[in-house]
Amino acid sequence: MSVKYLRGLLLLAVAVLLGGCHMVLLHPSGYVAQRQSDIMITTTIIIAIIIVPVLITIALVAWRYRASNKRARYDAKWDHSPQVELLVWAAPLLIIIAVGAVSWIGTHQLDPYRPLTHFDKDKPLPANVKPLEVDVVSLDWKWLFFYPQYGIATVNELAAPVDRPIDFKLTSDTMMDSFFVPALAGQVYTMPGMQTELHGVINKPGDYKGFSANYSGAGFTDMRFVFHGLSQQGFKQWVAKVRAQGGSLDRQTYNRLKQPSRAEPVHYYAHFADGLYTRILHRCVDPGKACMRRSANVQSVARSNPVAARRAAID
Amino acid sequence: MPDRSAFWNFLLGRLSLDSLPLHNTIVVYTFFVVAAIGLCLLGFITKKRYWGYLWKEWFTTVDHKKLGIMYMILGTVMLVRGFSDAIMMRAQQAVAFGSNMGYLPPHHFDQIFTAHGSIMIFFVAMAYIVGLMNYVMPQQIGARDVAFPFLNNLSFWFTFGGVVLFMISLFVGDFSTAGWLGYPPVSELQQSPGPGVDYYIWGLQLSGVGTLLTGINFVATIIKMRAPGMTMMKMPVFSWTTLCTSGLIIATFPILTATLFLLTLDRYLGTHFFTAGFGGNVMMYINLIWVWGHPEVYILILPIFGVYSEIVPTFSGKPLFGYASMVYATIAIMILSYLVWLHHFFTMGSGPSVNSFFSLTTMIISIPTGVKIFNWLFTMYRGRVRFTVPMLWTMGFLFTFTIGGMTGVMLSVAPADFLLHNSLFLVAHFHNVIIGGVVFGVFAAVNYWFPKAFGFKLDEFWGKMTFWLWQIGFWVAFGPLYVLGLMGVTRRLSHFTDPSLQPWFIVAAFGALLIGLGIVTFIVQIYVSIRRRDAYAVGGDPWDARTLEWSSTSPPPAYNFAFIPRVHERDAWTDMKARGARQPMEGFHAIHMPKNTAAGVVIGALACIFGFAMVWYIWWLAVVSFVGVVGAAIVHTFNYHRDYHIPADEVSRVERAGGWEPETEGAAA
Repeated sequence: MSVKYLRGLLLLAVAVLLGGCHMVLLHPSGYVAQRQSDIMITTTIIIAIIIVPVLITIALVAWRYRASNKRARYDAKWDHSPQVELLVWAAPLLIIIAVGAVSWIGTHQLDPYRPLTHFDKDKPLPANVKPLEVDVVSLDWKWLFFYPQYGIATVNELAAPVDRPIDFKLTSDTMMDSFFVPALAGQVYTMPGMQTELHGVINKPGDYKGFSANYSGAGFTDMRFVFHGLSQQGFKQWVAKVRAQGGSLDRQTYNRLKQPSRAEPVHYYAHFADGLYTRILHRCVDPGKACMRRSANVQSVARSNPVAARRAAID
Repeated sequence: MPDRSAFWNFLLGRLSLDSLPLHNTIVVYTFFVVAAIGLCLLGFITKKRYWGYLWKEWFTTVDHKKLGIMYMILGTVMLVRGFSDAIMMRAQQAVAFGSNMGYLPPHHFDQIFTAHGSIMIFFVAMAYIVGLMNYVMPQQIGARDVAFPFLNNLSFWFTFGGVVLFMISLFVGDFSTAGWLGYPPVSELQQSPGPGVDYYIWGLQLSGVGTLLTGINFVATIIKMRAPGMTMMKMPVFSWTTLCTSGLIIATFPILTATLFLLTLDRYLGTHFFTAGFGGNVMMYINLIWVWGHPEVYILILPIFGVYSEIVPTFSGKPLFGYASMVYATIAIMILSYLVWLHHFFTMGSGPSVNSFFSLTTMIISIPTGVKIFNWLFTMYRGRVRFTVPMLWTMGFLFTFTIGGMTGVMLSVAPADFLLHNSLFLVAHFHNVIIGGVVFGVFAAVNYWFPKAFGFKLDEFWGKMTFWLWQIGFWVAFGPLYVLGLMGVTRRLSHFTDPSLQPWFIVAAFGALLIGLGIVTFIVQIYVSIRRRDAYAVGGDPWDARTLEWSSTSPPPAYNFAFIPRVHERDAWTDMKARGARQPMEGFHAIHMPKNTAAGVVIGALACIFGFAMVWYIWWLAVVSFVGVVGAAIVHTFNYHRDYHIPADEVSRVERAGGWEPETEGAAA
């Protein structure tokens, strides 16, 4: 068996393995995640411009100047060269200026607080489209989703119509989790008493994985949900299904729901108590408990982010 | 609180028979194995009557060389412990798919990843680099010991006390499940009422004090005790990196201490620093812990950059290329490392201005790091590169670490991090730089300085075996994690539903096994070399090295240098060899040396008891042991018999026995 044959076999094995897996971060189905992924790939290519030649040069230099190679020039004193040193500082600097520019622009354009202006590549948002609002609460250890425009709520199941922007507002009951649907948009932490935001849009129908990406204790592993990307019609039917099958989410139901549980099944709620999300955010679901209205935390997040400041004007 | 009389509650706090994890068969078996090994070891020491020797020569020693060796042994023992955790995690993730829940329940799995992370950072990587700095730095700057020899001993026993608390948690009670940085709310009393987080807190507090004292000690040593003629810009790069790392330690470890103290107040006195509500905020903890945590990774890597900066010139037969660049790059990294902590949580929801600032500072760090890579490359250029085992590790480092640096820059781009954060891609990245950088560097350093410490070289065959097992094992173990990360798989999961992920986890587990074999062959390498020590014996300078530590005998005498050398050039020892320097054989003076003391062991043991008492709420014991710590420290200050003189005759005898001939020994390598 020749070395060449072995290498071919090895490459084949790698190709089969890679072909069998879906690298969702490289081929996401949502516009925001797609742009984040593009930035990741652009960055990788820019860094490769310097890394690949350096790796090759290290190998070549080490081999050429091996001790047994007496033909290579040996200069026991050569330890300084202004030109070379200028090069070794300038080359990484130039690469970092390029990557830095990509990051700076991308960080501002893809700020999770910033409402979307496009729903897909080169497709600006029509003026009459109203984003879907979803209020997200991470509980121990499941996800609660409110749809204030439809008056419904769900547990461990999320749905949205394709090509319609989604405005997520997120908080948590006790733990710090990270709301993440890799195919949709990047992740954002959920924290008790604080609100974060995320804007995304799904462009292809399908069922996508969603979960908590930040460890939050014993039931964390099972803190998963399915995100359905649906057609306009399909979304209407889904809302109707939730309304038809769901019960009511009042404060007592919520207090039962928030008790720690693992691998919680999907729940539908046709109604929810008025302002329940805001009360969870301000930690005053129990009657008689004072709300942390406009707490210092919300203010400080708002101050550092003018876009957020506009949107943080909750109640 | 168990149901028993008030007397027993007072006496034992919350400790009871129920605290022993007798229901957990894995832990029970582990206990028997550990107990069997421990008993064998104790029996062996007793049978050979080594106790007196160990106490007099090692436990109470203030010699920086012996303390350095003790840190290295500690690091190796803990490496085995940390690796056992790693292989258990890999095994769990390789089998826990679909209906198979694996063999570890979440509570046990969570303890294991927490223990793995904290042990590997605090008691493996930190122990190793403190050990290296301890052993090498004073010799490199031509000093006879560190500035505060007793403090050095005390630091070790504080660190050891932390290790003991971590190891006790395996068999009495349980360990933290809050991750290696103990993020609230998981680490708060409400979520983790057990003793686990308290073990974590007190273990880290003890070792943190030890590390801080070490940092102070090293800075004082480098500033005050360099040999005459060794200006700052003639100091070897390893000593430079030791100085910068010690500076980082002094500036950041107090933050760790304070942060853990605030968490302690939350847990013990019911304050609300990090709870939701009452003005508390988890974001504060996460910011504070990373203000320490990010410089911490540079505390680990800087001395290792120093190691490579000694090894590459030695085995290329040339001075380090761009010495001044190297020093300024090190200082730049030291300063920049304070300005990047937020990149650990871009996804917390800070605004784009904050995120892009920290994204840019993070990228800027890669510039001086890149400069270092280039400088090592140009050091080899026009050299005569000898591929000895230390040099092999260095080559492995250059390739592995550079790729780790590339994935690091990918993660530093904030929009990309929104996808990659908390993923297995991130896990692969930091193992890429910590194994490929720190661990490879430690192995390079051990192979390089071992002959200095013991007078014989390490076996080459087993050394190369270890290198290849780690090098290949690393990529087999962490390559799949990069792929899984891109498949959207995140960290710390104990069970999976998607069967298409399983092949990757199985490959990763196999890679971990290869690394495990690499640890075994490393221990075999040491064992074989000790057995063949006569055949492998070397003189003072087996590698034809360039810095002062190689100018003494191997192993060096207790006082390092009979005469403090005078330094004229950067590579002082190369310069001495070029000038045909001869070892003086007469004119010796008595040498003033510090005396061994039991105070470090006593204070360390009392501090450890204090930690245990606090974990189990045994208040009387906590008070007694704390008073003991303070009292023992005060009593020690009244000990006026701390030093002695090695008589000139004795120095003369030692020097004549181990004379050196620079020209001939250099050629032998």
